[in-house]
Amino acid sequence: MPVNRAAQSASQSAESALRVKTAAKLGMVSCPHCATLWEAVKAHDRCGRCGAGLHMRKPNSLRRTWALVIAAYIMYVPANILPVMITIPFLGQEQQDTIMSGIIYFWNSGSWGLALIVFTASFLVPLFKLAVLTQLLIAVQDRSKRHLLLRAKLYRVVAVIGRWSMLDVFVVTLMTGLIQIKGFATVHPGEGIAAFAAVVVLTMLASISFDPRLMWDAAEHEPGRSHESRRGK
Amino acid sequence: MREVPGLIACEECDAVYRRLPLGRSEVAFCRRCGAELERDTRTQRRHVLPLAIAGLCMYLIAHVFPILELELRSGLSSQTTLIGSVRSLRGEGMIFVALLVLATTILFPLIQLLALIYLLTFPIRLRRFGHPTTFNLSGRLIQVLRPWVMVEVFLLGVIVAFVKLTSMAIVLPGVALWAFGALAFLLTAVFSFDPRCIYMSRGSYKKQEK
Repeated sequence: MPVNRAAQSASQSAESALRVKTAAKLGMVSCPHCATLWEAVKAHDRCGRCGAGLHMRKPNSLRRTWALVIAAYIMYVPANILPVMITIPFLGQEQQDTIMSGIIYFWNSGSWGLALIVFTASFLVPLFKLAVLTQLLIAVQDRSKRHLLLRAKLYRVVAVIGRWSMLDVFVVTLMTGLIQIKGFATVHPGEGIAAFAAVVVLTMLASISFDPRLMWDAAEHEPGRSHESRRGK
Repeated sequence: MREVPGLIACEECDAVYRRLPLGRSEVAFCRRCGAELERDTRTQRRHVLPLAIAGLCMYLIAHVFPILELELRSGLSSQTTLIGSVRSLRGEGMIFVALLVLATTILFPLIQLLALIYLLTFPIRLRRFGHPTTFNLSGRLIQVLRPWVMVEVFLLGVIVAFVKLTSMAIVLPGVALWAFGALAFLLTAVFSFDPRCIYMSRGSYKKQEK
């Protein structure tokens, strides 16, 4: 049965993927800056080539990432509820724009391409990042062995796309700078944009502080053997 | 603490590999997780310094001239530079956002370019006698700041603002907009250079001397 065979080979490759020699198993530490490998590294040692601090894994990675992700979740609410931009025309009524209403405006005015770009960058990307980071953190803590390759890829995607969410911050900056015309209209930034910028910065910091190597470490951990007994060997 | 020569560990899954000499523009990937291990940038390296200097020129033009100009039917007009926009943000009390925009589009690109030019013009003869602290720091700075340089995101932001404004006025792209486009392009080309390879090449010199 082709399906079965595929599943079998997938599980085999997953097992063999875990039998790879890692630097940690060999007692080596890789410099995060210049990638030189070092043996017999003591605490607080610095790389002999470039002087960067050497750590087996990013220090306090899980705790830091959790803190940043939770902070980002909290800021996500005001970022989407509060107005990001307030337009006050010379004649007529003041107009408040949230992230979503800006997207709807583009959609209704016929620029669907831009509506899609802004929708992706300002709505989908932050949500996707938060969801993926949460999932990665939970999987590491559950010592999950499933979908390791997929998770590795997701992490890479999150690390690359994070910066594009700054799009709306730049749009509001430009609009504020450009439309300060007395007798026509003035544009003012709303509190929402500060919250939104905070979400972007926090999720970027979270993806930087997450150490993807922990996913592989956690998967290698065998349930019968605890960390202590391995260390005792 | 001892150096282990000839091996490299994957940054994303820690798997260890023997380092093989790479051919021109070849890239080595981790077989376990698919992350990039090493990349041959010998061909790009020769272009990096001129590109960085060109980037610096574009950077100056991009920040001196206006990005967008607005003309209203009533004869009123308005124009803004990036710094002007940041200043009006600060004037509105959005200090955090103003600082963020200042850092990601004005400060960090400049620091990146200057650090890169410093790294590349650092005399090769001095490199053999170990790396002085400023040299190491600027190398690390380039890597740390890389995700925070957002010139290309800003460029997309200009396009979105452009379309938003066309409904209410005549919008003209300023000189700085083209300079920003060129800067984004140059920065992408310059960032293909990995400051890591400076340390790596030093390693291979050492081996040859032995």
